Amino acid sequence: MKILVTAKRVPDPNATIKVRPDGSGIVTDNVKYVINPFCEIAIEEALRIKEKHGGAEVVLVSVGGKVAQEQLRTGLAMGADRAILVVSEQEVDPAVVARILKKLIENEKPELVVMGKQAIDDDSNVVGQMVAELLGWAQATFASAIQFADDKQSAVVTREVDGGLEDLEIRLPAVVTADLRLNEPRYASLPGIMKARKKELKEIPIAEVGVDLTPTVKIRKLEPPPKRQAGKKVGSVEELVQLLHTEAKVI
Amino acid sequence: MSNVLIFAEHQHQKFSKIALVAVRAGQIIAEKTGGECHAAVLGVGIEGLAKQLAEYGVKHVYAVEDPALEHYVADAYTQALSNLALDKGLDVIVATASAVGKDLLPRVAARLDGGIACDITGVGSDGTFERPMYAGNATATISIERPHKVVSVRATAFDAAVKSGAGAVEKVAAKIDRGALKMKFVKFNETKSDRPVLTEARIVVSGGRGLKNGENFTTVLEPLVDAMGAAMGASRAAVDAGFVPNDLQVGQTGKVVAPELYVAVGISGAIQHLAGMKDSKVIVAINKDEEAPIFQVADYGLVADLFKAVPEMKDEVEKLKH
Repeated sequence: MKILVTAKRVPDPNATIKVRPDGSGIVTDNVKYVINPFCEIAIEEALRIKEKHGGAEVVLVSVGGKVAQEQLRTGLAMGADRAILVVSEQEVDPAVVARILKKLIENEKPELVVMGKQAIDDDSNVVGQMVAELLGWAQATFASAIQFADDKQSAVVTREVDGGLEDLEIRLPAVVTADLRLNEPRYASLPGIMKARKKELKEIPIAEVGVDLTPTVKIRKLEPPPKRQAGKKVGSVEELVQLLHTEAKVI
Repeated sequence: MSNVLIFAEHQHQKFSKIALVAVRAGQIIAEKTGGECHAAVLGVGIEGLAKQLAEYGVKHVYAVEDPALEHYVADAYTQALSNLALDKGLDVIVATASAVGKDLLPRVAARLDGGIACDITGVGSDGTFERPMYAGNATATISIERPHKVVSVRATAFDAAVKSGAGAVEKVAAKIDRGALKMKFVKFNETKSDRPVLTEARIVVSGGRGLKNGENFTTVLEPLVDAMGAAMGASRAAVDAGFVPNDLQVGQTGKVVAPELYVAVGISGAIQHLAGMKDSKVIVAINKDEEAPIFQVADYGLVADLFKAVPEMKDEVEKLKH
């Protein structure tokens, strides 16, 4: 079995993000970069499937600058078998990422593609769905559990949807996007980190993939969000409820 | 001039507020682009719903009926919606950024070789859209550079459409290629609750890790929730720890709410949580740690032990009722 997993390099979710005064982007000095938390969950799921079903190959793919090698090495250290970095020093539009992944998936022919449901910088939540449509495959987004059929021709995925949990049967090959509660990712072990150095990490310049790189969306500017006015501390529950009633008039 | 197609989501034979928000947003986009507003209802036995939708000032409502559409599934719905958009020359497709909208719209965008703007909070007069990025730490103004534009709308950022005159209902065949379908709905385990819907409630009371366990949500928090007639929410930490089900999670990757009053109990206020509630009109925080970041967004902050403060607050709220 071959499982293809994507990983994106993103700013640390705990970093304080500030918009540059000219609105052209965010301030990146002193910002630490990590694997997108949802991608980490996707990698972990692929590794668990590999361990449970014995003999799967887990291939990592990232689209980003050369520095994204760092995140791919972390994924290899967790236990993935090899990695592909499609190198682009410019930001790549999610629709273009989807076109690139479609090409790579057609070459690699995995039975399963696992991705994070969204990247915490862009917050779009679109790439998995677009890839599935471009390939004509089934998709199961916001997955909290994956159960394979014995013949591995299909799977039932439990999805976190509005108002509860949905069970969806998908024929393989398919794209699954990971939600928070799918699993808790492992830390890379020291032996894993050592082994990762010898694992294959192939770089492909984006122009060589052979897809249309024209962006579908343009970010015109970024602005900081509207600021809330500072509030006040109250001394007691009684005072709080009185203020909510008489001042804020919400109860 | 772009004509708009609104995908109107329905459940239990009716349209919730979030569906009507998509209608309103679609109307706003149509106004700004000088185009017409159309809407589609997909499913089985949906003619009545289509007639209902036509009362909301939508010129043309399409009732798209097919057995393959009985339950929502991304591939069948993508085919039906895309076919409709192409047949009727509708190049802007709008839906709410609900679990269904987020699952469906990117697929439609890919099928139509279009561009997509997700979770928009505003519509510019020059064809641009505003959307949050970086967990709401930045607002981006974006333009879609393809003829087909797909837009998912943040439910808390727009009002619901109101009834404003009848439009026409047309039955349309879905033209589904059944051989291409690879997904099958199995079942839906709905979280049953008598409380208001979290994303629509006027008051939300949320609990965090400070509640220590699921039982405390029931014995300590719920009495306050019910005294206030509120919906109950939770921080990611509380959901991850198994205190409450996942669909109560408020945050960047959970539900986005903007009620009149949001009460955060035992929630520290991580950026990711704030992303889901900072547009609330009034925010109250109760936390025993006076340095908790939540106090920076709270209009009223109470530094106290929630196990004493919450029952007290429930009593004070009930006194107000008499």
